[in-house]
Amino acid sequence: MSELEPKGSDAIERANAESVPASGQESAPFLKQLKGFWVTFATMFKKPLTIEYPEVKPETQPRFHGRHQLNRYADGLEKCIGCELCAWACPADAIYVEGENNTEENQVSPGERHAKVYQINYLRCIFCGLCIEACPTRALTMTNEYEIADDKREKLIWEKEDLLAPLRQGMLMPPHPMYPGTDHHSYYRGEVTESHPSQEVSK
Amino acid sequence: MSTQELSTQTEMITLTIDGFEVTVPKGTLVIRAAERLGIQIPRFCDHPLLDPVGACRQCLVEIEINGRKFPKPQASCTIPVEPGMVVNTQLTSPVADKAQQGVMELLLINHPLDCPVCDKGGECPLQNQAMSNGRGESRYEGYKRTFEKPINISSQVLLDRERCILCARCTRFSEQIAGDPFITLNERGALQQVGIYEKDPFESYFSGNTVQICPVGALTGASYRFRARPFDLVSTPSACEHCASGCDMRTDVRRGKTLRRLAGDDPQVNEEWNCDKGRWSFKYVTQKDRITTPLVRDKNGELREASWPEALQIAAAGLEANRSAVLVGGRATLEDAYGYAKFARVALKTNDIDFRSRISSKEEREFLASFVVGNQVNYRDIDRADQVLLVGFEPEEESPIVFLRLFKQVRKRALPITTIAPFKSRGSEKLGARLIKSAAGNEAGAISQVAGLTDRSVILVGERLCEAMGGLSAAAALAKSSGAKLAWIPRRAGERGAIEAGAIGNLLPGGRPVTDASARVDIQTAWGVDSIPSNVGRDTTEILDALHSGEIEALLVGGVDPLDISAHLHDGLAKAFVVSLEIRKSALTELANVVLPVAAVVEKSGSFVNWEGRARYFDTAIADSLTRSDLRILSMLADEMGTPIKLPTVAAAAKEFASLGSWEKRSEFQPMPVGNVSVSVDEALLSSWRLLLDAGSLQDGENNLAGTAHPSVAVISESRAKKLGVVAGDLVRVSTKQGAITLPCEISDIEDSSIWIPRNSEQSRTIATLGIAHGPVMVVKA
Repeated sequence: MSELEPKGSDAIERANAESVPASGQESAPFLKQLKGFWVTFATMFKKPLTIEYPEVKPETQPRFHGRHQLNRYADGLEKCIGCELCAWACPADAIYVEGENNTEENQVSPGERHAKVYQINYLRCIFCGLCIEACPTRALTMTNEYEIADDKREKLIWEKEDLLAPLRQGMLMPPHPMYPGTDHHSYYRGEVTESHPSQEVSK
Repeated sequence: MSTQELSTQTEMITLTIDGFEVTVPKGTLVIRAAERLGIQIPRFCDHPLLDPVGACRQCLVEIEINGRKFPKPQASCTIPVEPGMVVNTQLTSPVADKAQQGVMELLLINHPLDCPVCDKGGECPLQNQAMSNGRGESRYEGYKRTFEKPINISSQVLLDRERCILCARCTRFSEQIAGDPFITLNERGALQQVGIYEKDPFESYFSGNTVQICPVGALTGASYRFRARPFDLVSTPSACEHCASGCDMRTDVRRGKTLRRLAGDDPQVNEEWNCDKGRWSFKYVTQKDRITTPLVRDKNGELREASWPEALQIAAAGLEANRSAVLVGGRATLEDAYGYAKFARVALKTNDIDFRSRISSKEEREFLASFVVGNQVNYRDIDRADQVLLVGFEPEEESPIVFLRLFKQVRKRALPITTIAPFKSRGSEKLGARLIKSAAGNEAGAISQVAGLTDRSVILVGERLCEAMGGLSAAAALAKSSGAKLAWIPRRAGERGAIEAGAIGNLLPGGRPVTDASARVDIQTAWGVDSIPSNVGRDTTEILDALHSGEIEALLVGGVDPLDISAHLHDGLAKAFVVSLEIRKSALTELANVVLPVAAVVEKSGSFVNWEGRARYFDTAIADSLTRSDLRILSMLADEMGTPIKLPTVAAAAKEFASLGSWEKRSEFQPMPVGNVSVSVDEALLSSWRLLLDAGSLQDGENNLAGTAHPSVAVISESRAKKLGVVAGDLVRVSTKQGAITLPCEISDIEDSSIWIPRNSEQSRTIATLGIAHGPVMVVKA
C-alpha cells in the first residue's frame, strides 16, 4: 500500500483523538503563559539564526547554482564556440546565441567559430544547470553568485560582456590570434597555459 | 501516368521484407520497397533521384532468393527486387543489424566529433543514424585523420574534407542532374576526398543542391555558416520569386530574418532541386535602401517621410486628377497583379495597364492573349516529348528548372533538342542541342527551317522571341502545322500570373478579351461596376511615349526598373505624376511623387503562376512584419479615391479571382510577317540575354553568390576576331551612339554577323549603357 492512499478508519480515529485535547487534562492558564515567556527568555541566550543580509552575505555550498560565467583560456581567448548546445538544452528557453566565423582580424575563440551574441535571460532561467552540462568546451559554468535581482526587466537579460569571466593575470583581451604554433586542438587539450607577447594586438 | 498505363507498362513483383509481403513494380530497389512498408533502412549515399552507387554500405540487409541466401549482407540500395525474395533488415536480422553497426563504426573512425561547430548538427543524418543504428561506444582509440578546413570549392560552398563520408551524392548530383561535373572524388583509401578540377572552377548554377543533399556537414553554404541551429528556425513552405520555373521552397527564418532557403520537394515541378539564385538570393529584402515609410515629394522637390494617410491622400488626388496608366512589373504575385488589373479598370477607368517591364511588342501581346493565357503545357510534356525546340530561350540561364528537366531527359533517353540561337551556349552544349544559327531578330526565318516536329514535340519560346518581328507568329504557325505543343516561358515569376489576372491592356481577368462585350459584362457584374473601358489599352512602350507627349499625366508603378525597358525614360517620368509601390529605393523612386513601401515576398502570402500555368502558393514567412502587400495598398488607395476595389486581403483577392473562372474563347491571332535584320560590314548585330547570376536587383547583398556568376565576355566569331585582329581574351569595345561596353572576347562558332554580350551583368548593362539589347552595334578592338 502506498503512503499516499488513505489509511484504515482506525488510523483516522486515532488522529482525531490526538488533535482534540481531552478536557480536564489542561494545565492552568498562568502556567501556560509562563511556559511561553520562558521560551522567549531562553532564546535571548541562544546564538541568533538571522543573517543580516545584505550587510552579511552567506557563503553558499560550493556547487550552488548561481549566475553563469563564460570562461576564458589562459591567454584570454573565449572558450565559447557559439555552438548553441546550451540554448538547446535549456528547458526554459532562457539562452540566445548567435554564432559567427572567427577571422584573422577577429579571432575571439580558438578554432573557426565564436559567439557573436550570447544572452541569458534571468527572468526565465531556472538555474537547473542543464546548460553547463551541455557545454562541450566548459565555456559555460555557474558561479556561486546569487545576487541577480534588479529593478528593470531589460537589465535581467545579461549580455556576453556581463557574463564573461574577468581577465586574470597574463590574459589578453580578445580578439587576438591563437598562441603561436598551436591550433584549436592544443587549446582543447589544455596545452595553452599562458599568453604570448606576440598575441598582443595593438587596437 | 494513368493507372491503366502503369499496369500495362510495368510488371509487378511480390517479395517479403521482415515477414511482410509487398508488391512493387519491377526494377524497384529493395530499400525503396522497404520504404513502402514503412521500414526505414539507414542510408547515406542512396537518393531516389540519383543513380544507385552503393558507396556508403550503411544499408546492408540479409537477402534470400528462392531459399538461397546471399553469403554476406547486401547493400539494399543497389539491388532490385526479385520474385520470391526474402529480405531481413536490421529489425529482424541480427546479422544485418551487426553489419550496419560495423559500417557505422568504420564511418565514424575518421569523422571528427566536431558536431558543436558543424552546421549540420541537429539535422544530420549521420548524427541521427549513429544514434539509431550505431554502437553507443567507439572502440577506436587512434588519431583521426585531419585535413585543413574548410576549403572553398566555390565562393558559396565550403568543404570540410574530414567530415566527408564519401557517399558521392554531391559528385553524382553534379554529373547526373546538373551536368556540371566540376567536382569529383580524388585519391584513394583513407585520403579519398572530394576535390575540384584545378582548371575548372565549381561554377555550377546548381551547386547549392549539393549542400542540401550532403548527409553530413562536409558541404556547407558560406552564407549560412554558423548562423543558426535547426531549432532556432521557423520554416515556412514558400515559392521562389526569382523565375518562372515555379520551384517549391522552404524559407527558414530566425527572429524576423531569412537565414536560408531550401529546395522543396515537388515531383511535378522542381523535384528536389533548385538553382543557386533561388536558394541564396534573399538578402535584397534586408538591404539598407529598403523603404520603410511612405515618402512624398515636398515643394523643394525632395522626398520626405510622410504618414500613410497623407501619402495615400496625395497619391489618390494625383491619380484622380490626371489621366493615369499602370505599369505592374513582372514580379507581382497573382493576387497583386489582379489588384492592379482591377484598380486600373475600376479606380482609374482605363485599360492602359501592362505588366511587361521589359522589351516587348504588340505581336507578343496578341500572342499572349491567343496562345498563352490558359495554356496547360507542363513539365510532363517535356518528359514525354519526342523532341524539343527552343527559340529565343536559354533554359539554363532563364529558367533553370526547365533546363534540369531537359537535361534529365537528354541523359535518360537522348531527347533530341534543337535550339535557335546565335551560338551554342554552355547550356545548349550540355543538352547536346542541335543549333540552328540565327542572329537576334532573324529567329522567325529560322523557325521555318525546322522540320520533323510531331504532336508529341514541344516548342519552348522565351520572352526574348518578341524581339524578333514575326518570331512568335512563326512559332505559333509551326505549332499549328505540326501539332506540337507550344509553351511560352517568361523570365520573371509574376508574368504568367499577370496575364491570367488581366494586368495587360487587351485582356481582363481569366483571359477575357476587353473588346468582347459579353466578357466585359461578365467582369462588370462580378465587380459591381457600370462599365469597363472597351478599347484595347496602351502597352508599356505606348504608355511611356504617352508620358512624353503628355497624353498620360500620371502613372502608378509596381516593381519596375525603367532601365529594364529603355534608357530614355527619365524625361517622360519626370514630367508625370508617379506613384511608386516599391520595396527598395530605385531609379524610379527617385523620380516618383509618392513612394509607398510594400512587402517583399517573404513578408506576405500569395501565389505565383509558373510558366505551366500552375499556381505556386506561398505563406508569410516573416509573420511579424509590419509591411503591407501591394494589394492591400491598392485597396487603401482605391478607398481613398472613392472607388473601392474591395480586395482587403490576399485571401479575398484569390477567392474573387477564382470565382471569375476562365474564358474559353481565345481571340483570333493576326500573324506578323517574318522579320529580317541585317547590318553593314562594319557593324555587328548585338544579341544578348540575361545570365542567371547577374546584376539583377533581387541578387543584391549576396556576395558569395555573386562570386560564382560567370564572367562577362563578348562572344565573337573567328572571322570577326581575324578582322579585328584579336585573340581570345583581348578586349573588344561594343558601342552605339549612346555608350560603349568593353569586355574580353571569347571566340566561338557564333553566327557571323552577330556579337553576344550579357544583357545585365556587372560590366555589361546593355540597356543602360548602349540603350539597346539587340540591334546594330559597332565593334572594335579596345
